[in-house]
Amino acid sequence: MNHAGFIIAVYGITFGVIVGLAIYTIRQGRNLSRTVADKDKPWT
Amino acid sequence: MSTEAQTFKGVGTPATRMYGLMAIVALGWVLLGGLIFTPEDAVQGDAVRIMYVHVPTAWIAYLAFIVTGVASACWMIGRKHSLGFDRVAGASAEVGVVFMAMTLLSGSLWGRITWGTFWVWDPRLTTTAFMFVTYIGYLAVRGLGGTAQQRARRSSVIALLAVLEIPLVHFSVVMWRSLHQRATVLSPDGDIKMDGLMLFTLLFGVFGFSVLFAWLVSHRQRIMAMQDARQTSALDVAVAERLKEAQA
Amino acid sequence: MSMSVSRIARAVAAKDLRIELRSRVVSNQVLPFSGLVMIMFAFALDNDDVLQRVAGGLVWLATLFSLFILVQRTFAVETYDGALDSLRVAGVNPQGIFIGKSVALFVQLLVLESVLFVAAVVLYRVNVNGSGVVLLVTCVLCATAGLAFVGTLYGGLTAGARGRETLLPLLLLPVVAPVLICATRATESAFRSGGVTVGEGWPWVGVLAVFAAVFGLGGLLSFGSLIEE
Repeated sequence: MNHAGFIIAVYGITFGVIVGLAIYTIRQGRNLSRTVADKDKPWT
Repeated sequence: MSTEAQTFKGVGTPATRMYGLMAIVALGWVLLGGLIFTPEDAVQGDAVRIMYVHVPTAWIAYLAFIVTGVASACWMIGRKHSLGFDRVAGASAEVGVVFMAMTLLSGSLWGRITWGTFWVWDPRLTTTAFMFVTYIGYLAVRGLGGTAQQRARRSSVIALLAVLEIPLVHFSVVMWRSLHQRATVLSPDGDIKMDGLMLFTLLFGVFGFSVLFAWLVSHRQRIMAMQDARQTSALDVAVAERLKEAQA
Repeated sequence: MSMSVSRIARAVAAKDLRIELRSRVVSNQVLPFSGLVMIMFAFALDNDDVLQRVAGGLVWLATLFSLFILVQRTFAVETYDGALDSLRVAGVNPQGIFIGKSVALFVQLLVLESVLFVAAVVLYRVNVNGSGVVLLVTCVLCATAGLAFVGTLYGGLTAGARGRETLLPLLLLPVVAPVLICATRATESAFRSGGVTVGEGWPWVGVLAVFAAVFGLGGLLSFGSLIEE
């Protein structure tokens, strides 16, 4: 594959950021969820 | 602070888990298909592989901008000024700014391969860069503090002004660049004759990223709801304590 | 009995201009600053032909840099004694405040730009004559109206609370980018820099007029919400 460096960099950064963002979001959700009463969660 | 049994572990619901799964499948395909299974393009060569990632992230970035604008309008127009709309606007902007950064990055590297430069003053690129900075300004305004309704009011005005401003910027830049007529042989999307598998990967990628966007915004929006609730209950607790002090 | 919007606007504009006449902040601080900026450009660019060619852009850049200071100044006079809050609490129509402050800012900007254009003629050796002058004056009026509306609008948002003033340049620059692009192209036409004819400048002035109209209207509708706390 030509320009493999650039292409892998793009995929690596994009998917890395996405996975990182997803993990961060899930974690933040779980941590906050412990401190907030269920009545304040309209999606439950 | 609540001492009720916490039965709910996080912000996921069956619906979000479903599209989370769809996103994983679609994005997994893009990763494998984009890097391995799809052929290189006749004109662009391997650079087209960046397109499978660049086009969807660009699409999401613009979509997020529109969602922020529409949600801000909904907040403003509704008589109840339901904070849910404000939270969707904010969540969408947060996700949008990340995707816009990735769009600019992937587009820039694509440009380096095909045009030889990291940047050109193309109207679409320039407008995208402006949208990125505008987003950052919007998020900064959201961070100014105050109550949730104050935040909602300020940000919705800024978002709607941005909706007015971005077309003006784009139009001015188009006029500006048309002064310097350049024959652009290749543009960052479209203009590519794609064979079946390439086209499928591209479209599946757009689908996958859209579903990812929905997942991220739902979760982010629920997290913001919890943060707002905490702020309100902290306020309630403080008020109750002051009352007790006063009565003691 | 509440005052009409135009009476409020006139009162606010007159107050702002009177404050400026007495304190002379614009004439003693902002004008020298912008003159200095024009000189600094010459140091940085160090080429008479280049300077003459880009003079239009430099004038508008210097205007934008000074715009931040002017906008912050126009709201500093309000927030210093809580004057804006008093006006709001008294139920004064915010549209009147918006128009009044925009007018005052417009006048101050016009003074600033006149000085900058004179500086351009002197320092960068540009020439304007005949139809170029008509184009230039129209361009300046339309661009300045747009800048005044936008400056008042975003200035109102960022005024007052700690940590908000630094937000102004970040919010304002993307918004005034169309003004920079269009005003510079129109000014270059007026100066006939690089062989551009005067006729080519008029479409740019058209866009400037649209910009001013859009943000004038947008400001009237949203200023009230922005200064509310």
